[in-house]
Amino acid sequence: MPMTWSFSGGAHPHGRKGTAEAATVRLDGFRRVVLPLSQHAGAPCRCLVAPGDLVKVGQRIGEPGGFVSAPVHASVSGKVVAVRKTVGFSGARIEAVEIESDGVYEMHPDIAPPVVTDRASFVAAIAASGLVGLGGASFPTHVKLSPPADKAPDTLLINAAECEPFIASDYRRILEDPAAVLAGILHVMHYIGIPRTAIGIEDDKPRAIAALHAVIDAKAAADPFGPASHVEVVPLRTRYPQGAEKMLIHAVTGRTVPSGGLPHDVRVMVLNVSTVAFIADYLLTGVPLVRRRLTLAGSAVRSPANLDVPVGVPIGDLVEAAGGFARTPGKVLMGGPMMGVAIDSLDSPIIKANNAILALDEKEARIPDESVCIRCAKCVESCPMRLMPTAIDEASRRNDLEELGTFHCNDCIECGTCSFVCPARRHLVQSIRNGKAQLRAAAAKAPKKEANA
Amino acid sequence: MSTEARLLVSSSPHLRDRATTRTLMLDVIVALIPALVASYLVFGVRAVALTFVTVAAAVLAEAAARRIMKREDTISDLSAVVTGLLLAFNLPPTLPYYMAAIGAVVAVVVAKQLFGGLGSNFMNPALVGRVLLVISFPVAMTRWTVLDGADAVAAATPLAQLKAAAAAGSAVPGTGGLPSYVDLLLGTHAGCVGEVSVLALLVGAAYLLARRTISPWAPLAFVGTVGLFALVAGQPPLYHMMSGGLILGAFFMATDYATTPLSWKGKLAFGIGCGLLTGLIRLFGGMEEGVSFAILLMNIVTPHIDKWTRPVPLGGGVRHARSA
Repeated sequence: MPMTWSFSGGAHPHGRKGTAEAATVRLDGFRRVVLPLSQHAGAPCRCLVAPGDLVKVGQRIGEPGGFVSAPVHASVSGKVVAVRKTVGFSGARIEAVEIESDGVYEMHPDIAPPVVTDRASFVAAIAASGLVGLGGASFPTHVKLSPPADKAPDTLLINAAECEPFIASDYRRILEDPAAVLAGILHVMHYIGIPRTAIGIEDDKPRAIAALHAVIDAKAAADPFGPASHVEVVPLRTRYPQGAEKMLIHAVTGRTVPSGGLPHDVRVMVLNVSTVAFIADYLLTGVPLVRRRLTLAGSAVRSPANLDVPVGVPIGDLVEAAGGFARTPGKVLMGGPMMGVAIDSLDSPIIKANNAILALDEKEARIPDESVCIRCAKCVESCPMRLMPTAIDEASRRNDLEELGTFHCNDCIECGTCSFVCPARRHLVQSIRNGKAQLRAAAAKAPKKEANA
Repeated sequence: MSTEARLLVSSSPHLRDRATTRTLMLDVIVALIPALVASYLVFGVRAVALTFVTVAAAVLAEAAARRIMKREDTISDLSAVVTGLLLAFNLPPTLPYYMAAIGAVVAVVVAKQLFGGLGSNFMNPALVGRVLLVISFPVAMTRWTVLDGADAVAAATPLAQLKAAAAAGSAVPGTGGLPSYVDLLLGTHAGCVGEVSVLALLVGAAYLLARRTISPWAPLAFVGTVGLFALVAGQPPLYHMMSGGLILGAFFMATDYATTPLSWKGKLAFGIGCGLLTGLIRLFGGMEEGVSFAILLMNIVTPHIDKWTRPVPLGGGVRHARSA
């Protein structure tokens, strides 16, 4: 029996995974796509195309701007009609390539399975695939696959928790192709040299757990001394934010990532389940990351569904193709309701990291009025990082840098649990983010002052 | 294309739980109803009328204070109702109505609104009201009665009787006029309006714990410490745990949000402190009960307890030098 430590605190938002048992539907026929050249954490891409160029599916149109970066590929075949500035998922203005689709989806002729023989060629292939973390964080995967030599991971941890309400894209990925999940895991174990894998998944997904067990058991039976016998499925307590990296590591391995540290500091490599499954597909086909699975849901959506769509489809076009709005959308989110980003325009395109698009009707979208903190301590009890959100909130609102430090503002993972449980409806996460910005600004100013002195 | 839709942009999370300040206060009100019913059965309709007076005075005082201070009205958060209920529960059932009303006004205006209102007060408003009344009207505040038919007749509280019986050398509950454990459970003895029936109070407390409106740390530590203290001092521990307003204080006032610590360790420390002070007052002080003063004294040190019991973040909180 795998032992699980879980984590303290957390909350129980209603799952609302109404699409969980709906098979993924492939949607095509979009007139145009808009591909931002920064869909990942790290340096933006350099544009490789100009208006008028003809492109094919899988053709590289954005060259990585550094090691922590990921190339961008055309997700449709057609003509580049514009290279222009748009608003990226972080709110910053970034360059994007608009392609008018010819409707044919013709593959680029150079696309072929990559030749992978060792660790270096494996990491290089993943870097070329444009893969980023598909669970929402969008960190370039080849960077994760390259931990420092003195921090070689002993455990590959697959994040299949999918703890946010509504989202079922990872769940569908597991159910519809569990073999790809296992194949991807075995590739990473083999090429990176990790002896053991644990798949962390919330225990409210018994069908996915059974599907994973079935493929792992079959593989292990065929090759009893092979790596598949070192892959285990670890069911976890269903409690938000079970899928947060630090909570997941703690729950499955009992290890605690130090403040400001990364998983490799405790010898763990964490990859999202859809990310690892893509690795298997890519080594088989060589088709870069140009499509993704996502859950379209929310009270304003007419037909909630799990969809397989090209990256870059404007969200308005996507909703229309999937049945349209049932009610006027008040708020549209990239990602889940707890950590998702609200977008300001339906022209925003689907990006690689979008595991869900949620449209909330005007009633659900309403921002609640704040009232005074009554010190009920629900935020303190539920913080999975064991912080005191109400104290950070107060410090942030009076720009008290010292107290922001005292109460460990920078340790906040912005999971949203404190704001969710707050009976006074205080905008705690927003205030804590503001506090982090104050600390960043102060840190940026500090060395300059010294230089002047 | 439906680009005409105006979309709200705000920070995550975009989902909120159902509980609000108002529903939490409503939980407390619901939890106090069994004790109010018990009070009616033990002391008659006057106990209920007294409760009505303090609640009405508390709500009116809150509305008036907010209006004079030109702040938004807050009576709908129901916290003034809770203060009124708790004050009445800490008063003798025979107290003149005007005195009870004065206590309620002081509780809401002086102890709560002058410090900024709900969440900013540092002492439990109901207990401030009670202490003011004890000091101002010592005779009326210590006139204890039980119902004999339709008449209220003078009687001593269980702890006063226990003290007297212990001094006389034979403190056996249920004998020599000393109320039995069943009396303590049902509330058939002299005492404050809402403190007498341990059973009714525990029903309400169980409701609050089940709803997670309160956490168990402070009440358990409080009651447990009083029991231990009595045991060490050679007095019947259960008797001390079930009388003198301890259950009311531990579950309904040592759990007050604004005036008690935030972390579970802090709540535990708060409860132990309350228990020790209550024990000291009961066994070595001039009063028989001591719960109100113990809680108020611990309210004052709450900011310090919060400082001493700050939780350590997962990962240590000390910034880690990042490699790579």
